[in-house]
Amino acid sequence: MEYFLELFFGGLTRGSIYALLALGYTMVYGIIQLINFAHGEIYMIGAFTALIAASALSMLGLDGWSLLAIAGLAAVIYSAAYGFTLEKIAYKPLRKAPRLSPLISAIGMSIFLQNYVLLAQTSDFLSFPALIDEFPFMEDVTIIRSSELVIISVTALSTALLTIFIKFTGIGKAMRAVAQDRIMAMLLGVKVDRVISVTFIIGSALAAVGGVLISSHVGQINFYIGFIAGIKAFTAAVLGGIGSLPGAVLGGLVLGWTESFATGYVSSDYEDVFAFGLLVFILICKPSGILGRSSAEKV
Amino acid sequence: MPIKHENAPSIGKTASCDGYSLPASRRNLRDRLPKTGFNTLKSLGIALWFMFLTFPIMVIKVSPLEKTIEWRWSRLVYVGAGAFSLSMLWRFLIYRMEAGTSFKKPLQERLSLFFQRKKSRKATALAAAFIFAALFPFIFSTYQTSIMISALMYVMLGLGLNIVVGLAGLLDLGYVAFYAAGAYCYALLNHHFGVGFWTALPLAGAIAAVMGIFLGFPVLRLRGDYLAIVTLGFGEIIRLVLENWNEFSFGPSGIAGIDRPWDFGLGFTLRGHTIYLFYIVCLLVLLTMVVVSRLRNSRIGRAWIALREDEIACEAMGIDKTRTKLTAFALGATWAGFGGCLLAAKTTFINPASFTFMESAIILSIVVLGGMGSISGVILGAFILILMPEYLRAFSEYRMLAFGAAMVIIMVFRPQGLISATRKRYEFPEEKREGEKP
Amino acid sequence: MDGDQVLQVRGLTMDFGGLRALAEVDLDVGRNEIVALIGPNGAGKTTFFNCITSVHDPDRGDMIIQPPGKAPQRINGLKPNAVTELGIARTFQNIRLFKDMTVLENVMVGRHCRTRAGIAGAIFSTKQARAEERACMDFAFSMLAKVGLGNRADEKASELPYGAQRRLEIARALATEPFLLLLDEPAAGMNPSETDEMDRLVSRIREEGVSILLIEHDMKLVMSISDRIYVLDYGNLIASGTPQEVAGNSRVIKAYLGESFDA
Repeated sequence: MEYFLELFFGGLTRGSIYALLALGYTMVYGIIQLINFAHGEIYMIGAFTALIAASALSMLGLDGWSLLAIAGLAAVIYSAAYGFTLEKIAYKPLRKAPRLSPLISAIGMSIFLQNYVLLAQTSDFLSFPALIDEFPFMEDVTIIRSSELVIISVTALSTALLTIFIKFTGIGKAMRAVAQDRIMAMLLGVKVDRVISVTFIIGSALAAVGGVLISSHVGQINFYIGFIAGIKAFTAAVLGGIGSLPGAVLGGLVLGWTESFATGYVSSDYEDVFAFGLLVFILICKPSGILGRSSAEKV
Repeated sequence: MPIKHENAPSIGKTASCDGYSLPASRRNLRDRLPKTGFNTLKSLGIALWFMFLTFPIMVIKVSPLEKTIEWRWSRLVYVGAGAFSLSMLWRFLIYRMEAGTSFKKPLQERLSLFFQRKKSRKATALAAAFIFAALFPFIFSTYQTSIMISALMYVMLGLGLNIVVGLAGLLDLGYVAFYAAGAYCYALLNHHFGVGFWTALPLAGAIAAVMGIFLGFPVLRLRGDYLAIVTLGFGEIIRLVLENWNEFSFGPSGIAGIDRPWDFGLGFTLRGHTIYLFYIVCLLVLLTMVVVSRLRNSRIGRAWIALREDEIACEAMGIDKTRTKLTAFALGATWAGFGGCLLAAKTTFINPASFTFMESAIILSIVVLGGMGSISGVILGAFILILMPEYLRAFSEYRMLAFGAAMVIIMVFRPQGLISATRKRYEFPEEKREGEKP
Repeated sequence: MDGDQVLQVRGLTMDFGGLRALAEVDLDVGRNEIVALIGPNGAGKTTFFNCITSVHDPDRGDMIIQPPGKAPQRINGLKPNAVTELGIARTFQNIRLFKDMTVLENVMVGRHCRTRAGIAGAIFSTKQARAEERACMDFAFSMLAKVGLGNRADEKASELPYGAQRRLEIARALATEPFLLLLDEPAAGMNPSETDEMDRLVSRIREEGVSILLIEHDMKLVMSISDRIYVLDYGNLIASGTPQEVAGNSRVIKAYLGESFDA
């Protein structure tokens, strides 16, 4: 039972990170129908920024929660800025282009950003400081680590904030309008360019949160971490039903649990096979994902 | 002198994102360009933005273990200067593109007209290309020939994927799975049973095709991007299985010592083998080109394109959707199988690391970059994408950076691909046209 | 089903969620007949077409066709392409051409289900395949000539003017050699002279032995070419009969002009 709970919380942690990333994918996809392949790289840049900021600040004598807060904030700001710039350079000029062109541009950006970090920093794994302290009250608990608890709660909080933002603010409403019908929204005076920028900024900020948390939990990063995480998170978004925010979270969690239990009970070698196998299986049974609405084309 | 838009009514700025106000936005650009002062200021702002953006990653380098920080301030200056000039150039190019003074399109049209007017010209060009290809391995070094072999292999893979993506419009991100199937087919048959290249080649194609049908059957009812992600997942599953199923595939260490194509007992040297393989690849590329161009203008090819354009209308024309998709999938896979078999024969060693998602992405990029559905486009795309990193070795570590940037830049300035596909014109006696006018 | 009918629909019912798009609709099309299906917007006319062509699967009801010289056959649950192959072709309300193909190729796609060349034939360019391709091209061209687009065969379909696109859709549908042609608002958006031309075209198609079921809003066109008219309103069949009978029907007038008009 204890082993089961350990795997359960391990999966929940992993799934939370996938969920944070998947939200970015699903929001961008909902609004401009683009698979933002460079999203994983934004997450990686967030992790690097946090590492750099944390290392620099710890040499100035900062530590504990304040260090986490400042490094995290730096990561969020920088990732958001990268996401914003990425959209302006690689996707905005391609709004009217054939559907696959922005996808290629995204793949190009992903390669570019990986090599940018590789060249400017290093190709080696860097050890990431444990920014999340062990809680004193958690000393006797074995089934869940403090950092896991933090990751799960931060994800829950971010998701809640995002939901409130989308539901109740003006720009949130504009985002929903653009996702439903971009041209109609535009005719009604919604500033579509701005909505798209905000979408990228929010998605990138969420990715940065995920990047900082998981790096602190795992303890090492390199320039390539974004790629795998990105593919997994996109898988999670599709699993849950792309375009749907609750779907992205659910998809992330389901994916996390699948990987965790499969690794724990079956074989760790085939972790990713289970993840993708689950995706293929679900899409074949329910082509629009778990929470996705099937959209019939009007004839 | 380009047409002026002075009289074009300005339709509000909100519309600028969907092309409803093209004349107005063009006019804005026209008005803005001469104001050098404003442009400089804007570029300056962009330069500052990029200096901010790249600050932590470019300037600070930490080593967490030794607890040291290295500050590299000089880089900030380079970034600023670079971003400033690039942003000036970028906006100038965007302006030129939107004002329609780009010179590339007329060039393409002029070229195709040049070849259409006289058939002999096309024959001459083809003959020249043929002679060049025949002499290539004797003019250039083994190393160059070997690079050219890879480029041609990617031409083949690109043309194969072009059937699936370019003609049938099915976004396949797991093409590499069939490539792997072909490679392992030859490698394993050769390892266990000593099967030769020429026997394995058709088998590799057939196995890949069967796999294509096997995969295609359940997933082809998925639409667009769902299909993309499922094929991506499938590609990854195949790679992971190859990596972990040691008894079958020898795991990550792969299979070494695969035979090169039989040399008729002539005892080729390494160079001899390379030249031999070069001709084999040339032959296969030629074959692929003939097959794809014939298919494209056939009953099946039209069905593929119709399916890409409009699935519902396509079915209403009596076309079996599933079957048409499956044929495209299986045929595309066949060529990946051939490509994999060639890869195994070329490198004599394969392991799962050659079949990552990046490989699928590169092949897809060849198709989209070159121009979807266009054969010459795919050839051009393959040469650019495969030869560029090779010849960029002068910049050694910067080559992948330049490669990624080039992909973005080409897409931004030529979103429809370098060469756009053209449809066949059918010839009819003129009197028939005139006679049957209503 | 007697020998003079080509289509017999009984009790066709279709629900979308809670909305009943078609309620127990009965409809017949006789051999060589032009039948019109009219009704206000949202009455379920296009849904009816979509059921017959298997785009939608109706919840209840029978759709039976009788191709010339063959036994009657129920077409419920067939795949859309199978329905076309049996001899029912359609056009679309919001034109659905293959935009990137030439005009002629669009029509050649319509020949797909009447030709057989396979992959091998195409790759090896066999004599048989070439002959078939040639025949397909000639047939397609004659269809284009029939709708008056013979001199535009090489243009891109998306570059044709609106009226010509509608006629191209008809040519494409005719290329499948149907015995029953379903036309979804063939004259929508056309000017009077184009509508007249459409009138003549539809009559000409009927003379060649094709039965026609059409949805149309242009009452002048409907009254002049139809043999019989069916009127749908909110999924219910409210009237049917000859143009004169329908024009005098008070329920039809009510449906079109509203309740208050009745006084």
